[in-house]
Amino acid sequence: MPDLVTPQPGLGGNGDGPVLEVSGLRKEFGDLVAVDSVSFTVLQARSLAIVGESGSGKTTIARMIVGLERPTAGRITSCGRDRSSPARSARERRRRGSEVQIVFQDPYTSLDPRQTAEATIDEVLRLHHGWPKERRRARIDELAGLVGLDERQVRALPRALSGGQRQRVAIARALAAEPRLLILDESVAALDVSIQAQVLNLLADIRDSTAVSYVLISHDLAVVRQLTDDAIVLHRGVVVERGPTPRVLDSPEHEYTKRLRASVPRPGWKPRRGALLGAREDSGTP
Amino acid sequence: MSAVQAGAGRAEATVRSGEPLLEVEGLTVRLQVEGAQRSVLRDVSISVSPGEAVGLVGESGSGKSMTARAIDRLLPHGAEVSGEIRFGGADVMALSGAALRGFRNQVAMIFQDPRAHVNPVRRIGDFMTEALRTNLDVPAAEANRRAADMLGQVGIMDGERRLRQYPHELSGGMLQRVMIAAALLTEPKLLLADEPTTALDVTTQAEVMAILDDLRREFGLAMLFITHDLELAAAICDRTAVMYAGQIVEVRESALLHDDPLHPYTAALSAARPDIAQTAARLAAIPGRPLSAFEAPDSECAFAPRCPHAKDICRAENPELISLDGGLSRCARAIELRGHLLAGPAEDGQTDA
Amino acid sequence: MSTAVPLVTVQAPRGGGRAVGLLRGTGLAGIASAVVIGVATIVAVIGPLVAPYSATLPNLALAFVGPTGGHVLGFDFQGRDVLSRLLAGATSSMLGPLAVVLGALLAGTVLAVIAAWRRGVADAVISSGLDILFAFPGILLAVLAAAVFGAGLPAAAISLAIAYMPYVARVLRGAALKERSQPYVAALEVQGASSTTICLRHIVPNIMPLIVAQATILFGYAMVDLAAISFLGLGVQPPAANWGVMISENQVGIPQGYPLPALAPGGCIVAVVIAFNVLGERLFEQAQARR
Repeated sequence: MPDLVTPQPGLGGNGDGPVLEVSGLRKEFGDLVAVDSVSFTVLQARSLAIVGESGSGKTTIARMIVGLERPTAGRITSCGRDRSSPARSARERRRRGSEVQIVFQDPYTSLDPRQTAEATIDEVLRLHHGWPKERRRARIDELAGLVGLDERQVRALPRALSGGQRQRVAIARALAAEPRLLILDESVAALDVSIQAQVLNLLADIRDSTAVSYVLISHDLAVVRQLTDDAIVLHRGVVVERGPTPRVLDSPEHEYTKRLRASVPRPGWKPRRGALLGAREDSGTP
Repeated sequence: MSAVQAGAGRAEATVRSGEPLLEVEGLTVRLQVEGAQRSVLRDVSISVSPGEAVGLVGESGSGKSMTARAIDRLLPHGAEVSGEIRFGGADVMALSGAALRGFRNQVAMIFQDPRAHVNPVRRIGDFMTEALRTNLDVPAAEANRRAADMLGQVGIMDGERRLRQYPHELSGGMLQRVMIAAALLTEPKLLLADEPTTALDVTTQAEVMAILDDLRREFGLAMLFITHDLELAAAICDRTAVMYAGQIVEVRESALLHDDPLHPYTAALSAARPDIAQTAARLAAIPGRPLSAFEAPDSECAFAPRCPHAKDICRAENPELISLDGGLSRCARAIELRGHLLAGPAEDGQTDA
Repeated sequence: MSTAVPLVTVQAPRGGGRAVGLLRGTGLAGIASAVVIGVATIVAVIGPLVAPYSATLPNLALAFVGPTGGHVLGFDFQGRDVLSRLLAGATSSMLGPLAVVLGALLAGTVLAVIAAWRRGVADAVISSGLDILFAFPGILLAVLAAAVFGAGLPAAAISLAIAYMPYVARVLRGAALKERSQPYVAALEVQGASSTTICLRHIVPNIMPLIVAQATILFGYAMVDLAAISFLGLGVQPPAANWGVMISENQVGIPQGYPLPALAPGGCIVAVVIAFNVLGERLFEQAQARR
């Protein structure tokens, strides 16, 4: 019985090279430069955090990596294959889908409300593999077990599931494609503290057992610390700091990183006015 | 401190020193959902003294928002309410007409999503000065002046220009600051803040929290601050109450909540949060998921199924709030667990949510 | 921030139980409407077979005779049994609107989904095209069609379908755009699902409640418009039985003191149209509440 859980490097290109390479990435929306000269690399089984607040460009970068947005300039390569512009054919999108997957932030809109968890995962399996029903069933059970969903939950519609359960379904769906890299776009931000802890542990378990790499996009520095090896800090579309996560969080060098760090509530923390230097008093993005 | 003001048709809170400004006692609320009556609050009691900031912390379904809504008379139609809410001695649930409007001038509420509570086709100035002009008969020019001043207090400098702008021209953080300014304009005695910074960036949150804290102290306002973030509440509240499944399970001086909790849920909540200063192999996740009030049985402790310290006594009946060392705890084993709640190895996150 | 199970009770309904559940949720008015529609449909199917008397054979001696013996609704202007003619006419009276609705829905849905999915130029072109079509009232198109292709039900039905299509497309385009921008659609794109699959298997099912609501409301309008067209003599041709035609032919009876032969078919039309409107509205409200 083949080990179904470990992804097969097979078609994904060079198994030793970086899982994701981004260089000189730039995105303009009319006059607005959302992302400018962003570069980073994610190695196999390593995880990278993209830290930033709203307007930093972090979600735009994620969308460009998965092909939902076209970069204005720059190169994106995953598993040795170029993906600098959105795929042209469904077949190409499918192939790229088996390299990089994404889990979105909002559990309430990231699942088709009319599909059970089972059907959702099954659809992905049918897209990527030509397996008979039995094998797909077995894999669904396996994935459900991996993300901690029981029988009832797997057969349930999203509206019968809590936010944490829906995120598990979203993670299972992403993993069904057996990606080398999973982008987590604020995937735990909308969850209660106790559930967030469970899902973070789950993500750690998955990483350990499947050697998948993560790109964790988050504004929450504590979450970033838990799950990532390296971090880049984005401010208004530009990388202002990068390095190993513990170093960036413990000894930030850039002003913005320091300010971010100082803004995180923790025992004994007191908020201070004037912390927002150069505050965005202008109109625009919330 | 006594505050008595005569005013045409206004019912003002009369508070003598030592007496609480807001007193909630035995508040139980049931809502009609799809034909069934569901409990959302169970026997909630809390009091806020003049000038005091009290935090209300909980996860989904804990009833924290519902409590604020009950206090501000914002419950949905058909809600069954029992228990008492007294503001300045007056029964809040019995207010109507002019008295109710007077009450609304003294209790201001700030919501999580400012955009959902602001009319997008009216200018900021209109919105801010409405209560002043309609309820307090302040002439428009004077009202605008006060509004511009207050904007300055919350850190928005060119007040007059801002008053003429529309909500969509302001960012989320700015709009929330406008909401705070608007809330303070009627010189309320009590501020109800329902997750006012949850939707904001963390740096904006820090700034808004600082403004809220400063102004509250400056104006001597009492505040009930609702959040899911224990540390955030501790930052600006003197006392914090923790809610679970529609009940208050702990009330404690904020500074002690993290280091010396009285209820296993509070301890578990603190422990489940990732630490920014160090990486743990796994987080101490609480198994199961937060219960809503209507799911919790009345015959046992609502937290028992998830509690690492649960014993038979916990399943025998729903524990009462007991007074312990200056705080309150709804744990049957509170006394024997005192001091031991933070000990113990981090458990592997079990999945049941 | 919510991981608690939603306050609403949830049971995913299975199979046929789903339709019953849907109906029950529409309340008394909804159920009553469904019954009316059900009866009308059955009559449309078996009407011509159960009509007690001939619906087309004239007997001028009995013209406008009131209700007697076995003729509950009396006789029309040509001495034919009104009830039989009503029953026989149900077929074309229900079938015509059905064809209109199906045509408008099909065309409208396809255009709306294409416009919403492709956005950009395709959307602009389609939307402009629809705007042009909006300028033509259905009856005007039907008159034109009758002039070009000759009077009759098919021409009338097709022109109405074309006239209604932009309304459907406009509404559905909005809903489809909303679905298209949801993260679950993005997730499917990232998975590599084809556009056709996403549109057919995900977007259309999710705007289905709106489609059904549109269908029921349009049915009512189509019925009235077709009756009007037949009344004008451009739709179903006499001596074929059709409710609109019946109103037209028997209207002379009203000033003469014999209103029943004209009012009876009118009443049928009104009843069915109201039933469709009520049911459509209830179904739509229910669907919105469930999401």
